Amino acid sequence: MIDRIPQIAAAIVLPLAGLLGYIFVAEWLVGRTPARMRPRLRPWLWVGPALAFVGFFLVAPTIETIWLSFKNATSEAFVGVDNYVAIASDAGVVIAIRNNVLWIVLFTGAVLLAGLLIAILADRVPYESPAKSFIFLPQAMSFVAAGVIWKFMYAYQPPGIEQTGTLNAIVTTFGGEPHPWLIEPGNNVALIAVAVWAWAGFATVILSAALKGIPIELLEASRVDGANELTVFRRITFPLLLPTITVVATTLIIFALKAFDVVYVMTGGNFDTDVIALRMYKELFNVRNFGRASATAVVLLIGIIPVLLFNLRRFRSQEAIR
Amino acid sequence: MDNRFVRKIVTLVVLSLVVGACQQAATPTSSGGKIGGTVSVLATWGGSEQESFLAMVKPFEDQTGVKIQYEGTRDLNAVLTTRVQGGNPPDVAGLPGPGQMAQFASSGKLIDLGNVLDMTAMKDQYPDAFLKLAQVNGKQVGIFIKAALKGPIWYSPKQFTAKSYTVPKTWDDLTALSNKIASSGTTPWCVGLEAAAASGWPGTDWIEDIVLRQSGPDAYDQWYQGKLKWTSTEIKKAWQTWGTIVADPKMVFGGKSTILTTNFGDSGTPMFSNPPKCYMHHQASFITDFFTKAVPGLKPGEDFAFFMTPDIDTKYAGAVTGSGDLFGMFKDTPQARALMKYLTTPEAQAIWVGRGGALSPNKKVTTYPDAISKQSADAMTAAKIFRFDASDLMPDAMNAAFWKAILDYVNDPSKLDSILANLDKVQADSYK
Repeated sequence: MIDRIPQIAAAIVLPLAGLLGYIFVAEWLVGRTPARMRPRLRPWLWVGPALAFVGFFLVAPTIETIWLSFKNATSEAFVGVDNYVAIASDAGVVIAIRNNVLWIVLFTGAVLLAGLLIAILADRVPYESPAKSFIFLPQAMSFVAAGVIWKFMYAYQPPGIEQTGTLNAIVTTFGGEPHPWLIEPGNNVALIAVAVWAWAGFATVILSAALKGIPIELLEASRVDGANELTVFRRITFPLLLPTITVVATTLIIFALKAFDVVYVMTGGNFDTDVIALRMYKELFNVRNFGRASATAVVLLIGIIPVLLFNLRRFRSQEAIR
Repeated sequence: MDNRFVRKIVTLVVLSLVVGACQQAATPTSSGGKIGGTVSVLATWGGSEQESFLAMVKPFEDQTGVKIQYEGTRDLNAVLTTRVQGGNPPDVAGLPGPGQMAQFASSGKLIDLGNVLDMTAMKDQYPDAFLKLAQVNGKQVGIFIKAALKGPIWYSPKQFTAKSYTVPKTWDDLTALSNKIASSGTTPWCVGLEAAAASGWPGTDWIEDIVLRQSGPDAYDQWYQGKLKWTSTEIKKAWQTWGTIVADPKMVFGGKSTILTTNFGDSGTPMFSNPPKCYMHHQASFITDFFTKAVPGLKPGEDFAFFMTPDIDTKYAGAVTGSGDLFGMFKDTPQARALMKYLTTPEAQAIWVGRGGALSPNKKVTTYPDAISKQSADAMTAAKIFRFDASDLMPDAMNAAFWKAILDYVNDPSKLDSILANLDKVQADSYK
């Protein structure tokens, strides 16, 4: 580890130095052009590094992936749409897509609901910030760690043996039968619950901040007019929170589409818990079929595009309001 | 912008570059017997297996001054592929199996060991079958450093005597014994299939053992070569035979939920509880290490012993499957060369063998620590028909589908036909 420190330092410092150098040189060059050209030139020079970065690390790999999705396993020959046909006729993919839909609906819904509820309730107690910090803690944890911890929580031993899993220990204490949470139908919900646990804090913090932004006069005016708390929430708070809720929701939906770590760690996609991102991983690393892995990635991309478009349109309409 | 700030950054950058360059200059040079430097090793072992490997290379480190940087992962296939594709392979790595080895070799990633190892000595010390399995196009690109006997069925002689059960000689005896134990109210078998990213593999050993003993080596070879369909009578029969055990909740401790959630390493432990929760456990020879770690004080020979999975069809009597850990070299450094040479020596392999849980592919190793290990080694050399683990010889996609099929079958045995049909589809697709 010690011998890597110079490399790490260089990795941090060099790009920074490079960027600073670029700015100096670019400004110097702009300064040498005729004055009327400058307003046209300067924005491009400033936005240039970002464009190059996105182009190199996002656009180029995307195009490459689409290109590879039409080639065979070793990327040596073109196979047309064979990879897509193979994916479409794979029963496992249908299950994976179904599970992703399940993730989008349940994960997004549960996180929003939990976040909203906690944000509103925490708003009314004196110990708000410790409560929120507590809820937010799991967000700081890697998903692999969360998966490992919850695997212990869900652990199963046959009836009659001492239960090592927290959940089954509780169930059997109250006289119930131990339940193999990760295997029985409903295991998808068990997995999604882990992700909800980890993400509820994220929604809470952002929604709570938005809640604080609602002018207190509005709320008081409505109360004076005789609205009860439920009406205040429905007619005032909720509509004003809606833009924030949409932002959080799109973030969550994109996460649900990319769901991978929790599933990989806890079930490996077995027992009908597979998701698209995990299939892509398996095609790429376990089977080394670059064509099919790329095609799976493209399918995932196509799934995400509507969400992105929605986000972009909303951005624009907000800009228009400003 | 503050100019002093910029100057500070520039100084830092220059400094770090200088330090980096000094680091580069400090690479090892050989002096005397000590080579120095490091070798990175990537393999699948963790826990006690990792300790045994590190014990095995300790004398090498002391002798040569080379430091071993060991990294273990259960998802070896994925990690190794990423590292190799990314141009950052480990110096030396355990290879997931002959199938993957062939793929690495044909893309030129593996170094030919023909001029690293002393091949005449190797031919003298290694059985021909083990050398051949690690060759691609006549080149020795891998070498087995450890072997395992597949198909032993573990039992407790103490418990068998107490209940006056006798060791079965034939498959029918085994079935009769299973039924007898089951009717006494205890489940005869312990099975566990969980193994993180490789979940399901212990079941593949069962199917392989049954196919080889039931339908013979020719069917076995055609099967792993992709020439015999999964829906064929031979293979389907093997699944059904296995099903008489795993698909019957009276036969296996805890039934399907336990089979599917229990890690393969822990699954044999209920055999040693009092009273025993099961009497028999099918697992390769390495499992003894897990037994003694889980229940300290177990005595080999008294508390646990094994009989081989019995013959099914007498035509194929004496058929045995085995496997081994293959090692390959991805970077040609003096340190890596020295390590590869060392790992094939009988002295090195005797260390792991002595610690338990391993057999040696090297014929010169005879120092087995107890009668059980000796018996395993003998069973392997005495086999009339010897075959390597079929799933390891299948293409990656086939192997992965096989693992998953094992889990799906245990989860719902009534779906056997659709599971096998799906395996046929993968077979048609992955052998090219």
